[in-house]
Amino acid sequence: MTTQRTSGRRKQALAAAAVVAALLTTAACGGGGDDSNGGSKNGAPGFDAANNKVAQASEAKKGGTLKFASSQDADSWDTTRGYYGFMWNFSRYYSRQLVTNKTEPGKAGAEVTPDLATGLAKVSDDGKTYTYTLRDGVTWEDGKPITSKDVKYGIERVWAQDVLSGGPTYLKEVLDPKDEYQGPYKDKSKDKLGLKAIETPDDKTIVFKLPEANSDFEEMLALTSASPVRQDKDTKSKYGLRPFSSGPYKFESYNPGKDLTLVRNTEWKQESDPVRKAYPDKITIKFFSNANDLDARLIAGDYDLDLAQTGLSPQGRTTALKEHKANLDNPVSGYIRYATFAQNVKPFDNIHCRKAMLFGADHVSLQTARGGPVAGGDIGTNMLPPSVPGSEGQKYDPYGMAGENKKGNIEKAKEELKACGKPNGFKSKIAVRNNKPVEVATAESMQASLKKVGIDLEIEQYDGSQYASVVGSPSNVAKKGYGVIIMGWGPDFPSVQGYGLPLWHSDYILDSANNNFALIKDEKIDGLFADYLTELDDAGKAKIATEINHKVMEGAYYLPFVFEKFINWRSNNLANVYTTDGYSGMYDFVNLGLKNPKK
Amino acid sequence: MTAPLHEPTAEAAPSAAEEAAVAGAEAKAVQGRSLGRIAWERLKRDKLALTGGIVVLFLIVVAILAPLITSLYGQDPNEFHEDLIDPLFGTPTGSLGGMSGEHWLGVEPVNGRDIFARIVHGARISLLVGFLSAIVAVIIGTVLGVLAGFFGGWVDALISRVMDGLLAFPQLLFIIALVSVMPDSMLGLSGTGVRLLMMILVIGFFGWPYIGRVVRGQTLSMREREYVEAARSLGAGRFYILFKELLPNLVAPIIVYTTMMIPTNILTEAALSFLGVGVKPPTSSWGQMLSSAIDYYKSDPMYMVIPGVAIFITVLAFNLFGDGVRDALDPKGSR
Repeated sequence: MTTQRTSGRRKQALAAAAVVAALLTTAACGGGGDDSNGGSKNGAPGFDAANNKVAQASEAKKGGTLKFASSQDADSWDTTRGYYGFMWNFSRYYSRQLVTNKTEPGKAGAEVTPDLATGLAKVSDDGKTYTYTLRDGVTWEDGKPITSKDVKYGIERVWAQDVLSGGPTYLKEVLDPKDEYQGPYKDKSKDKLGLKAIETPDDKTIVFKLPEANSDFEEMLALTSASPVRQDKDTKSKYGLRPFSSGPYKFESYNPGKDLTLVRNTEWKQESDPVRKAYPDKITIKFFSNANDLDARLIAGDYDLDLAQTGLSPQGRTTALKEHKANLDNPVSGYIRYATFAQNVKPFDNIHCRKAMLFGADHVSLQTARGGPVAGGDIGTNMLPPSVPGSEGQKYDPYGMAGENKKGNIEKAKEELKACGKPNGFKSKIAVRNNKPVEVATAESMQASLKKVGIDLEIEQYDGSQYASVVGSPSNVAKKGYGVIIMGWGPDFPSVQGYGLPLWHSDYILDSANNNFALIKDEKIDGLFADYLTELDDAGKAKIATEINHKVMEGAYYLPFVFEKFINWRSNNLANVYTTDGYSGMYDFVNLGLKNPKK
Repeated sequence: MTAPLHEPTAEAAPSAAEEAAVAGAEAKAVQGRSLGRIAWERLKRDKLALTGGIVVLFLIVVAILAPLITSLYGQDPNEFHEDLIDPLFGTPTGSLGGMSGEHWLGVEPVNGRDIFARIVHGARISLLVGFLSAIVAVIIGTVLGVLAGFFGGWVDALISRVMDGLLAFPQLLFIIALVSVMPDSMLGLSGTGVRLLMMILVIGFFGWPYIGRVVRGQTLSMREREYVEAARSLGAGRFYILFKELLPNLVAPIIVYTTMMIPTNILTEAALSFLGVGVKPPTSSWGQMLSSAIDYYKSDPMYMVIPGVAIFITVLAFNLFGDGVRDALDPKGSR
């Protein structure tokens, strides 16, 4: 026993020595890092080299294993149910739609391009009929052709919200606003294709008949929730565990919260797909429970990129910025981080009290709390994200948030307080998610800066996963007195409808899971949205979006913090990397390749 | 009665007064010294315990005078100093977490609040929760422990089983659950006040079985002693025996356990604040500071070291002092 014990100790000592040695070597690597913005010795293309442009497209080779890492699993891998941005992005590996986002960097990535269809829709003059023809040679993973009926069935699944909850429901609201169709599982017709708004005269043709025109309809068809699903492969609520592939890769294994592996779908043919390049042979995701651990493994080169694409955590970010700058991109995410003022909590029913908040807050401090100009983003000055057509960015700054009042304007705030009838300030509460330390930091910043004008804010942290019932319920908000609600929002698809409709339209004031926290009920805003839906011209659409944004800002319902930016990691081995506005500034997953497939 | 009153001053003041005290002590020695006196004499000789005691006293003074100290020092614990923060990394610009003549212990990352001021104010929370929850535990524990030990039978069985149950309870998880469902305001308190009250009550409530068990054991062994028998045979009532014969003899173990319980409670408070269910921002607490320091342990290690050291010193001081008190009060002690 004694000898064994000694050997055990020796092993420990050896292990400790090995760890120390490893630490020293990593430190040494770090020391010789790449500070320059240009390319580096280890092959990384440089800081921001893949931000809105393609980096190292020519170096992508066929084959190899592309390794994702993530600190969270998708909400569901079911094409109907997923709502997370990274799930939509990743789903293009195993699902195709009639149209999809262009595989191009930056703004162009948000435009739609034909995928299963031979071309963009033939739209009737009144904007109510959309006709598509399916491409030849498009197949499922078992080799059977994808038909227009499969597309219709896949879209019909959106109606089955009782079984398949979670995904976006735009298609349901546009195609069936009166809620007449019951969904495919309650469908009495034999083929379960009872939805009247979609017609499939033959296997290659599909016709959408909209009750009312909607200028963003084709954008909605580019969402993952418009993917085809084959009826005999529909496992209903279990479909997310093993979706049946229509894309270049199919599921090999999936252990929720642990790992996921996709392998090549041998039935998929390159010539039938104008969008996907399908470089790697295999795609894996490894799920981590600790974000710091994940970042360390990314930086060590064990994985190629972060699946969630929400930026490195503060710790990893500092290390990466100091030592591996060439591996980072700093894209605008399309999200705006903001505070909303609930009009059903006094005194926020008074516009002057709301304006006092906008003038009193220290916007630089809020930006620092979000992570500063690089990791947090530029100071937000209005409510339309830079990726949405019609946005003006910081050029539209009605309250001087990035200009003369960026450190807070106490005098103006006090004037507004006087106009509000509260010259000595008032008390209220900030509701903030407890699982988001950065949001708590912004709440503390508001608290500190607004105290100077006499506004006394108490911070209430609530369980972030319960947000639909805590801040999403206007009656609960009124009861608890949550005058200020801190939140963030990104566009589902880059248009004012895909961003602002749930936030600002009076029809979207809901009893639970409400997102119109401010309870905006403005006929002018509602009217502008109605105009937008029938406006088919792109320039006209952008103009209306700008007007809506101005109306929202004039109402002082929102205090934007930042136009969010991320610092995302890409490994040395990634090629053909670029960020796309189609997926909120993430890398476009579907066409990533590896430089060295054997690595 | 002059001598004991003199003693603390005698400690500080030299020569004449000291001699008088010593003389007084010698004079008393002939008459036999009280238990408290013997303990005090012993404690005085235990340098380690004395140091612990002085640190504890110092901390209490700091906690009470926190607003005065920070206003003399010239920094508000909740004031932001973003000019001292590197906007790219969110960490303080100076070395050692931004330590300077103006900010003695540096500033927090992201918002640049003064760490010294926050540590001083954080001492209030730690000590308040530590002391008050210990008092709650002592009151419940003593009452129920004495009842169980003295009455025996089904009373003992019931109380003992409750204690066993509570000791087996995962208290940290329970507190986290409780804090997330409790109301925002109660008993006229709101915000941080509610959180503090809740922490004190809950930590105290889960702490009483520890003291209850000791008190019960002591009572059990004492109620059969000769002097109790004597009192009983002279016709003393139950309550007379309880309050006049038993309780005075329980004081020593209770004091010892209280001093040992306070540091544990301080650590529980730190753990709760660390987990985000402690006091509300912007109120500072050591545990909350540690918790937010995790994201910066590489880039700004001082931010983690400082509240860690504060907790370490406080807990160590209480433990040393508690140990000394136990040794001093131990009738079998050799010193």
